[in-house]
Amino acid sequence: MSEATTKEFSVIGKSVPKIDARDKVTGRAKYTGDLKVTGMLIGKILRSPHAHARILSIDTSKAEQLPGVEAVITAKDVPATFYGISPARYDETILAIEKVLQVGDKVAAVAAVDEETAVKALGLIDVEYEVLPAVLDPLRAMDEDQPQIHPQYERNISVEIHQDFGDVEMAFQQSHLVRTDRFQGNRATHVPMEPHAAISKWENGKLTIWSSTQSPHYFQYHIARVFGLKMGDVRVIKPTVGGGFGGKLEPSAAEYVSAALAMKTGRPVKIVFDRKEVFFHNRGRHAQHIELTTGVTKEGKILGVHGKYIIDGGSYTSLGIASAYYAGAMLPLIYEFDHFKFDCFRVHTNLPSCAAQRGHGAPQPRFAFESQLDMIAKELGMDPIEIRKVNARRPNTMTLNDLKVNSCEFMACLEKAREISGWVGKKGKLPPGQGIGIGCGGFITGAGYPIYRTRLPHAAAIVKVSEQGDIATLYIGAVDIGQGSDTILAQMAAEAIGINYEDMRIVSADTETTPHDFGAYASRQTLMSGHAVKQAGEEVRRQIIELAAELLEASVADLDIDRRVIFVKGSPEKMLPFETVANEFFIRKGPLMGKGSYTPPKLGGKFKGAAVGTSPAYSFAAQISQVEVDEETGQVMVTNVWDVHDCGTVINPNLLHAQVEGALFMGMGEAMYEQVVFDDKGRPLNANLGEYRVPTALDVPQVISELVDSYEPAGPWGVKEVGEGATLPTMGSYANAIYDAIGVRLYDLPLTPEKVWRAIHERKKPS
Amino acid sequence: MGTAIKKGKLHVVTLTVNGEEHAVLVKANTTLLDLLREEFDYTGTKKGCELGDCGACTVLMDDRPVNSCLVLAVEADGHSFTTIEGVEQGGKLDRLQEEFINQAAVQCGYCSPGMILSGKALLMRNPHPTEREVREAIGGNLCRCTGYVRIVKAILAAAEANS
Repeated sequence: MSEATTKEFSVIGKSVPKIDARDKVTGRAKYTGDLKVTGMLIGKILRSPHAHARILSIDTSKAEQLPGVEAVITAKDVPATFYGISPARYDETILAIEKVLQVGDKVAAVAAVDEETAVKALGLIDVEYEVLPAVLDPLRAMDEDQPQIHPQYERNISVEIHQDFGDVEMAFQQSHLVRTDRFQGNRATHVPMEPHAAISKWENGKLTIWSSTQSPHYFQYHIARVFGLKMGDVRVIKPTVGGGFGGKLEPSAAEYVSAALAMKTGRPVKIVFDRKEVFFHNRGRHAQHIELTTGVTKEGKILGVHGKYIIDGGSYTSLGIASAYYAGAMLPLIYEFDHFKFDCFRVHTNLPSCAAQRGHGAPQPRFAFESQLDMIAKELGMDPIEIRKVNARRPNTMTLNDLKVNSCEFMACLEKAREISGWVGKKGKLPPGQGIGIGCGGFITGAGYPIYRTRLPHAAAIVKVSEQGDIATLYIGAVDIGQGSDTILAQMAAEAIGINYEDMRIVSADTETTPHDFGAYASRQTLMSGHAVKQAGEEVRRQIIELAAELLEASVADLDIDRRVIFVKGSPEKMLPFETVANEFFIRKGPLMGKGSYTPPKLGGKFKGAAVGTSPAYSFAAQISQVEVDEETGQVMVTNVWDVHDCGTVINPNLLHAQVEGALFMGMGEAMYEQVVFDDKGRPLNANLGEYRVPTALDVPQVISELVDSYEPAGPWGVKEVGEGATLPTMGSYANAIYDAIGVRLYDLPLTPEKVWRAIHERKKPS
Repeated sequence: MGTAIKKGKLHVVTLTVNGEEHAVLVKANTTLLDLLREEFDYTGTKKGCELGDCGACTVLMDDRPVNSCLVLAVEADGHSFTTIEGVEQGGKLDRLQEEFINQAAVQCGYCSPGMILSGKALLMRNPHPTEREVREAIGGNLCRCTGYVRIVKAILAAAEANS
């Protein structure tokens, strides 16, 4: 958003420093693994070496006798309650009951006085397995000859989706051109720099868990359910969190097992995953196998789309049902068309579980769509930006799957991206081996419905002004996992009250001291938690103004507050400092507080799965990438990326662009380098940060992040999404730029030098 | 380099951390990372992979950046270390720390201590690095939040302030 439109604000729209930055640059910020609780033991989990095996027996006697070991537990010592995150598919237990379903599955656990003793004890547990044939290829998982992984999922089908909007066959018949292409996605994973960690304390029938979590609320809900406790007897506290990206949205064995060990020993127990365990827990990107058919008119107008998917869900369901629906639901968002068919099988394999990762289910289909759209443009002799403009969504429209779009500046994004990238001078005009390509995306601003059925509001906030009126504290359940929600929510509170950012303190993400909020996922907090904060702040403002009116003998309507000064509009000499009025308020009436909450309007259609993809608001983005390809080696160097985002009003420009840069970076890693690979026994071959190739500072291009003017009526002050949307366009824009550079089309992520090199040689073969 | 004295199964190690001298008894397999975190409570030194891949545990060993997970405590004998807790001097942030805040180079913050120490080591040996040199200096420090854009800017801005 331009300076001109943000000028009216005192605190929002400004790049204030992050509220926790000083603690983070000095090492004072405490993450879960940094905490020590008196009497604390260290927990370790024994994990399966087999992808699929029956547990015949477990002998823990030797481990129990090791000095320093306080407890050894197996499935018989813990609740057998099935859990998960999609209520229709609870299929995981704290420790494996009968079978292990993946390498790294949870078999037994130990609590000991220190890590070394705990690790030694794991080695003393004897487990006898009957190794079973494993399902390792998602494309074969549904075949008759494959073993069935879960008794309740026949042919290993986790979910089967068939959605049919309009009449896609008719659309194809009316089309000038119909193309079918097949694309293959990769198993990427979040790689938060902080591994999952939890400390559980069991005292007087109450369980307290410090956890590296994206959602204290969901953790509290699931942990209470699994252990049969009242929610009020489970307290989840989020210390500083070192990144999540979707991987810390549900409790892991770190929470469940440490809680079970704490209950058994009566002592606090800490579990910190090592890096390999983070790969075992996974919940990363589903590898999607996509067959996409699209029909267009001569002018490039899209008439119909049919997507057929098989996606690899891995061992447990986790949030995978939603991921599967998102893979289809987001396709009709950014381009307008009326006929769409979506067929998807999410299948189980004996590999780590897949779930939500930045852009949830949508980035790989977007890669397929953006790639195919370029192929169609080529056949029609159209410029790739032109074909996108022909189809670009307009504001105040409804998608064919009943997603209501308010603000939408996608057209402006396309135009600005074309301008700032120098597209016209570059497209088709760069020297051999160099190319430019476009990819686009759009994303939700918070999910329209929570993950389990509840009538709770999605966000809530309390603001309390101190007795002296010098500071105000925001109590909020929203979860800062690094993206900066504590900062921007504090800015919003200050703006709403009429005080300075520096006057704000924040207490966040603790189920006991802060009001309910669903947490950090689906790019929801700026809009949803922001609404609650604005309401709470405005309630404080209203009370202050009422008292000030009395003290100044003025009418409420004539008063305003700006940066701690309460004044009569038009006669600014009639004023009172904020602290004077706030202090007087406390003396006369007690605590000065405001509260707020937010529930989105009822959204979405009536068909099966209609809730997925609903949101109060949608962001849009266009991304252009420029590449250089070495045809000898297949090495691709991305030199520049330009991202133009339609994200509504900006609360903190620095943090906003940092979100775009980070989201784009995650898309870039998935596009170019990242893939978890397995051997023929289902053992991960690169479950470490040396061989799972997260891009380094030397691998990333120059990134320019720009915005278009936009105002979202459904958001407080006009805000909407920014944290995930920029992940979606990157893979397609890279593939399209590579095509522009060397004339070869890649259908298979990641776009490695080997694949580029092979595609070049394939092209050179005489046909 | 000093020589650690063996006492039974333990070794006496003398080292300086953030200007303070310590003599401690360590096991042969204790890493410098665990010594700093568990014994001295310098938890700003982060554990990200324990294999030397991520750089979150970077500290300065005689002003050179090392992965503290790959240094044994016994090897630390006779050396001087700076952790992130030792960068702020007398309540005043180092220019590099200030620039990490100003440029919004910090998101989750888990890589920040290692990044700042790698950046500091670079600026000590090369006060006016090029962007390429900055990227090389932090090439062993992984960040998952920022795409490095603002981290590179912050180090360059701190270098600019040197002149």
